[in-house]
Amino acid sequence: MNKQQTVYVKAAIWLFALMPLARLIWLGVNEDLGANPVEFVERSTGTWTLVILLTTLSMTPIRLLTGQVWQIQLRRLLGLFMFFYACLHIATYVWLDYSFVWVDITKDIIKHPYVIVGFSAFLLTIPLAATSNSYLIKRLKSNWKKLHQIVYLIAILGVLHFWWLVKKDVTEPIYYAAVLALLLGVRLYFKQKSAHKMQLKPQSA
Amino acid sequence: MIIINKSTINPTNILASDITPREVFENRRDFIKSAGLGLIAGSAGMFSAKSHAANIVNGETKGAGLLIGRANAPVAEKTAVKSSSIYVPRQKITGYSKTAYGADEKLTKYENVTTYNNYYEFGTDKADPAIESTRFKPRPWAISIEGEVKKAKTISIEELMKLAPLEERIYRMRCVEGWSMVIPWIGLPLASLVKWAEPTGNAKYIEFTSANDTSTMPGAREAVLDWPYVEGLRMDEATNPLTLLAVGLYGEVLPNQNGAPVRLVTPWKYGFKGAKAIVKIRFVDKMPLTTWAKSGPTEYGFYANVNPNVDHPRWTQSSEKRIGAGLFAGRIKTQMFNGYSEQVGQMYASLDLKKHF
Repeated sequence: MNKQQTVYVKAAIWLFALMPLARLIWLGVNEDLGANPVEFVERSTGTWTLVILLTTLSMTPIRLLTGQVWQIQLRRLLGLFMFFYACLHIATYVWLDYSFVWVDITKDIIKHPYVIVGFSAFLLTIPLAATSNSYLIKRLKSNWKKLHQIVYLIAILGVLHFWWLVKKDVTEPIYYAAVLALLLGVRLYFKQKSAHKMQLKPQSA
Repeated sequence: MIIINKSTINPTNILASDITPREVFENRRDFIKSAGLGLIAGSAGMFSAKSHAANIVNGETKGAGLLIGRANAPVAEKTAVKSSSIYVPRQKITGYSKTAYGADEKLTKYENVTTYNNYYEFGTDKADPAIESTRFKPRPWAISIEGEVKKAKTISIEELMKLAPLEERIYRMRCVEGWSMVIPWIGLPLASLVKWAEPTGNAKYIEFTSANDTSTMPGAREAVLDWPYVEGLRMDEATNPLTLLAVGLYGEVLPNQNGAPVRLVTPWKYGFKGAKAIVKIRFVDKMPLTTWAKSGPTEYGFYANVNPNVDHPRWTQSSEKRIGAGLFAGRIKTQMFNGYSEQVGQMYASLDLKKHF
């Protein structure tokens, strides 16, 4: 993919990634967020955080399966949009849901397992977003890669957050868990394959 | 009872201002009005002797006379249109009396009360019940009275509605999920049915069983919960003056998505205690194993009294969101027994509410 094409793809990502926010603003202005608007915004921003996170995580498996490398350039943009929606999600929780009453927020986080895992996942995204600029990527070298492997933990916590939040019908969280398992599974498969190759190398040489 | 003494407040003043006009609600959706109304008028005359008998009149054609029964969409239309657009006409209830209960509360909009529901027999999404319940037939209806009673018998919905004068009571409703509403129910005290049922001395609890008709309740085909839905009350809870058998809301026949034709309302307990579309009432000597308690024994207890001091593993119980308050309204403090301590507190004086949540 040439530079021109990359620009187009990135523009498309900007457009698509901002659509959920535009929709929320549109519905909010028209007072069409339903009976429980705060819950609606919370669910929506949470869902999009997860969707964009899984999209980000699918770039590497696509490379591994197709052998193409261009999608890797999109990871950072997608990752930052995931962080953007995670911030909107937390802002909704802290502001619209709990009106900045920190005592209640602290209690809610400590007492409820689904909130603990969700909040932990959010905290873990902060160092990743903070080190996503080109300067630090170069500066941190191999440590950057190690640090950014936290994203796997974030994804697992994120799906767990959704799973534990659901009262009884876990159909939807199962979909997310399945996609995550698939994305991690592809990585694991290729890792084992390459490790196998490495083992074989001395013999064949 | 303190609540009754609030006679200085005239409930009629509060009511008129807060009700969403029908036109506003109906114009929002593209309803297809069905012409073939499945009216069952025959049984109306049978129990009309009592002077306080309440009437259901058709909300569409005023002056059409006494009609008992719900309209159903014609068969041809059922296959032609999405279930969400089948129009279930709203019917007024007349002949009920207003009470001082909750007269100072701001009502939750009709639209919210009837489109934001937990009723898993019609699906697990809050929007599902309103959309998926249009095929449900709440008339004709009979409730089977069984167990520790002098004689097992059944009671039709029409008979039930004549056991006592119908009253409108405005109650707060607190869901275990941390949200609440204020709903103008129409119904009669459960105590009047208990008296009619003539329980024996062995009756210590009542078990309520909800409808489980998989042909009209799509959610009941999924094994999300152990169907049929079962709820229960201790005898003193059942006969507490607050406990209501609701047959209507907002001056109208109870919509399907709210538990038509008859549901339980216990305003000091979390909403899931309110068994909907009751088909069986069984008097028993042991505490019934209720559906949610069975599904999550550490999360849902038999008593399920609203209690800001006992937290749920998932939801904060010390505060709640009032439905309809808007995006920036914040939370309100949850009250012990949902603010009904004066009426029900004495029943739990010797009970460890942390243990018996």
